[in-house]
Amino acid sequence: MEQKLVALSGNEAVAYAFKQAKPHVASAFPITPQTEMMHKYAEFVANGESTTEMILVESEHSAMSAAVGSAAAGARTFTATSSAGFALMWEVVYIAASLRLPICMALVNRALSGNINIHCDHSDSMGGRDAGWIHLFCENAQESYDNAIMAWRIGEHMDVRLPVMVNYDGFIISHTADSLKMLPDDAAYDFIGKYKHNYSLLDVENPVTVGPLDLTDYYFEHKASQLAAYDKVPGIVEKVSAEFGDLTGRHYDLCEEYKMDDAELVMVMLGSSAGTAKDVIDEYREKGVKVGLLKVRMFRPFPNALIAKALAGRKAVAVLDRSASFGGFGGPVFTEVRSAMYGQKVPVNGYIYGLGGRDFDMKQTESVIQNLQKVAAGGQLDDVNLLGIRA
Amino acid sequence: MSFLKNSELHEGGVIKEAGNAHEYKTGDWRTFVPQFIEENCIHCMFCWIYCPDTAIEIDTSGDKPLMKGIVLEHCKGCGICAHECPPAKKGKSALVMIREEK
Repeated sequence: MEQKLVALSGNEAVAYAFKQAKPHVASAFPITPQTEMMHKYAEFVANGESTTEMILVESEHSAMSAAVGSAAAGARTFTATSSAGFALMWEVVYIAASLRLPICMALVNRALSGNINIHCDHSDSMGGRDAGWIHLFCENAQESYDNAIMAWRIGEHMDVRLPVMVNYDGFIISHTADSLKMLPDDAAYDFIGKYKHNYSLLDVENPVTVGPLDLTDYYFEHKASQLAAYDKVPGIVEKVSAEFGDLTGRHYDLCEEYKMDDAELVMVMLGSSAGTAKDVIDEYREKGVKVGLLKVRMFRPFPNALIAKALAGRKAVAVLDRSASFGGFGGPVFTEVRSAMYGQKVPVNGYIYGLGGRDFDMKQTESVIQNLQKVAAGGQLDDVNLLGIRA
Repeated sequence: MSFLKNSELHEGGVIKEAGNAHEYKTGDWRTFVPQFIEENCIHCMFCWIYCPDTAIEIDTSGDKPLMKGIVLEHCKGCGICAHECPPAKKGKSALVMIREEK
């Protein structure tokens, strides 16, 4: 498939990807760094390049509520937000998943207040990690575009029917011009396909009740059905990604393994910092250090068995979190990976890095690799460490 | 009533069967129960109109609808019917609330 090589910011790339899905409805409220994405989308609509009905709401709580209403009416729907905007959506974020509505959302990752900060970390998405959405994380503009195309196919698959969140790092990806390949509009839409709904509030011939009162007699059964839905997700994500790979030549898995074949030391992380880590890994590989990277693309549902297998038999593992879990045992990714590694004798240490957009630089990556070497040689290290902080 | 298993529920907890409130028995919520005194009834249908549930049974086979009685499986004992029932026959109402004794 011939694809155009373009230079776009991550926000523009995702706006194009969403446009190519021909969504019926988009609802959104502006918040930095997401604003530019919806700004671009509004431009498409104003210029007649998209027929999406845009609902400009007065808050993110309403943005997600409008998205839920629209999806329940049987429309292909998306929204986008960041940070405090996602926090304000929170109540309705759960409802979207519980009602099994395949809404797509761009979550342009930004730190939560306070103090107020507009830069990247993953504390916004991690606040909603138990809400029932599928969480995809991206390393650059290309991956953001690709995941924003695949998200529709994944969420709307009849065996899935769940909302999908495409996470990409605020400013680092959203506002940085990057080169990427884009599918032609027709090819993208052919891949995504026409929207199908399971029920519609507007179908008066087949009336339905959506979101009824659900007390002690049924709530638990409904949650049991919802829990069962996540078992099917990894297989569908793999299938859709394989088809996408055949079409574009860009291949994705639930996790990306970088120089993992013979790696004794492994870093695990999400998002844009994986790019920095790869460069430093290359340098250390030249020095003969067997270090690799496991980049988690799909954080929810968490691919625990796959990760446990990928990390089995390594000499030391470092899990890097771009968010803190206050009062918890390490960051969210660390907690999950440690738990997935239960019963294995592989030392797993956690790091918290890059909060509020603090640069994740090569020096920090080097210090992680040096710590991995130390741990592999039997040295001691705290379970959870802060990276790149003035101590 | 019997309960469905989780495997029998629609995705997302959606209810696709219309008018199913009829199958949901709410009669055991009651403390007070309306007594229907047929000889005082003028069949004005106020009770049928005001009943917030479907607890008033009527017969619509004739020219005018006739009040038949209370559907105790659905009556929650709110007393609205008795409140609205006009004392049309010698100042006597056709619906009176009494405490339900088990």
